[in-house]
Amino acid sequence: MAEFIAYLIAGLATGAIYALAAIGFTLVWQTSQTINFAQGEFVMLPAIFVLIAVKLLGLPIWAGALIGIAAFILLFGWGFKLLLVDPMIRHGVLPLAIATMSLSIIMKEGAKDGYSAEAQKFPSLIPAETLSFMGVSISLQHIAIIGVACIAIGGLQWFVTQTKIGRQMQASAQNPGVALILGIPVAQMVLLTFLINAALAALASILISPIYLAKFSNGEVIGLFAFIAAIVGGFNQVRGALAGGLIVGVIDSLAAAYISTSYRLAVPLVLLVVIILVKPEGLFGRPEERRI
Amino acid sequence: MNFCMTRCTSVIAAAMACLAIATPAIAQEKLKLINVVELSGAGATAGTNWKNGIDLAVADINAKGGILGRQIEIIHYDTQTNPGNTRAAVQRAIDEGTYAVLGPVFSGPIGASMQIAQRAEIAQLVGGEAAGLTRQGNPYLFRTSLSQAAAMPKIAAYLQKEVKAKNIAVVWVNNDFGKGGRDAILPELAKLGITVGADVSTEQGQADFAADAIKVKNANVDAVFVYLNEEESARFLSAAKQQGVGKPMIGETTLLGSKVISLAGDAANGVRGHVGLSIDAPIPAFQEFGRKFQANYNYASDHNGLKGYMAVSMIKWGTEKQKSFDKKGLADTLRGATIRPSDEPGIMITTKIEQNGDLDRESFLAEVIDGKQIIKGTLPMLNP
Repeated sequence: MAEFIAYLIAGLATGAIYALAAIGFTLVWQTSQTINFAQGEFVMLPAIFVLIAVKLLGLPIWAGALIGIAAFILLFGWGFKLLLVDPMIRHGVLPLAIATMSLSIIMKEGAKDGYSAEAQKFPSLIPAETLSFMGVSISLQHIAIIGVACIAIGGLQWFVTQTKIGRQMQASAQNPGVALILGIPVAQMVLLTFLINAALAALASILISPIYLAKFSNGEVIGLFAFIAAIVGGFNQVRGALAGGLIVGVIDSLAAAYISTSYRLAVPLVLLVVIILVKPEGLFGRPEERRI
Repeated sequence: MNFCMTRCTSVIAAAMACLAIATPAIAQEKLKLINVVELSGAGATAGTNWKNGIDLAVADINAKGGILGRQIEIIHYDTQTNPGNTRAAVQRAIDEGTYAVLGPVFSGPIGASMQIAQRAEIAQLVGGEAAGLTRQGNPYLFRTSLSQAAAMPKIAAYLQKEVKAKNIAVVWVNNDFGKGGRDAILPELAKLGITVGADVSTEQGQADFAADAIKVKNANVDAVFVYLNEEESARFLSAAKQQGVGKPMIGETTLLGSKVISLAGDAANGVRGHVGLSIDAPIPAFQEFGRKFQANYNYASDHNGLKGYMAVSMIKWGTEKQKSFDKKGLADTLRGATIRPSDEPGIMITTKIEQNGDLDRESFLAEVIDGKQIIKGTLPMLNP
């Protein structure tokens, strides 16, 4: 039992990272009706930005993290919307989706050529200590990841549902035309959504990089699992992304433990196929109709 | 006046013409070496060290007049740790007239590409350690490190005598390097009566090792033998520390490498095992190389840096021995040779090249203490 609990906690920690990344899929989907195929790289790149700030500017980790995250949010929150989404969305969602694929490659290769092709040690803000509870060794880093991710996602949910700006964001996502007539600054709400996406991705990056190490290729795995998580949970619901992330993380951990490390990637994919066949809107998503 | 100007112009024109003719001649004098290596993908750490070691060797040799008077021109091709790309790059290197093929470092891409250099009858000096590479009867393949067949008996003996382990976990990476290492150590463990309580396969490029560490922890073994590539080694050590595995971590060269130590941080402390090459070994030439590497690249070289340096030195020794630039002759000269530092200082340690391309030389026992690899002993050559 102690062993199972250890696998469960490790899976929840990984799943919390997938959830943070998966929320990015849902946010971009709600505002642009498209899929950001660079979402994995959105989680990879902030760690590189932080390392650049720490190493090149000689800053302490906390200051490097603040500057790196701020630079990332500016470039890949505001810049992403201004330079990629706004010009491409006029041509339909497909060109935009393809543009995000290109962006993914540019971010990955840029990190490789501009910084390093090798994995880099990323300092942890949380000590790498272990707690022992009822015979189960629990990593403090895992507990912190689960805690911080839950607080961030809970805070986002509260912001979106309980505040005026949050409700304006929802209205803008659901029907931009009517929202504009009602006097909601739709453009600003959309921008805010992209900034939140970038901030959550940066948070995921800071949390996971001490464990995965900072490397240009990290986005491939994270992006894939977050995409699966978003579909499993429901592409149009923040709570769906949270549930999907945690489910995929736990399944991945248990598959590695009880089936085989070699087949661990296959198990979440099987889950994905089952969800698409049985409940295509996802476990917590709402059905959407689209005229084509 | 006009005559003088015409004459001056003629002289300048003649000089320029001579220069134009001479320039390709000088370029032809250069000895082209092409390095086909993992500069991105899962093998980037190993490949970058190997490349930097090669660059250092080329700079040193060129500064001393080159090989038989010819300067070396070094070209690097990135395989992205992809066997298909490696095959294409080796073919391209041969088509472009390389004198010998350097690299790659990962055993899988070596296995996929070595037949190409063999068909062209060109020596290929590689960084791979998988035992199977030199069992295929390829007379043009040469290692720059000990093979698993040579290293694993030493590790098994170390586990029995020094660690006093009776039941161990084996954590290995599911690629040619890892499978070769696992296949090489299991019979050695069996010979010494050491049982394997957990046989944990992991994937190349794997990021999350929490489940594997929990599995090892619950196997209740005396020690853990870790046989992964650099980045995965660091991730596993960190995960093992987080999960409180608390057993001796034993490895072979890679696990005790400087890159793993720098990536794993505190989690690397206490790691022990066998190392084939190390800049911390009690050999002045190794330590001098380490200092030079640090000064040039601002980080400590791992064993792959030394391997890269030695690969070029092996080519230099073989070429000077045969006194020509015969590509096939280079392989013939290297096979069965013993290279001593007194003959070729770049080799740094007496190195015997077996007929099948394997190497024999002294190796070391080491432990990571306070983030530094400390050499605890020297093991002799297997067949001096």
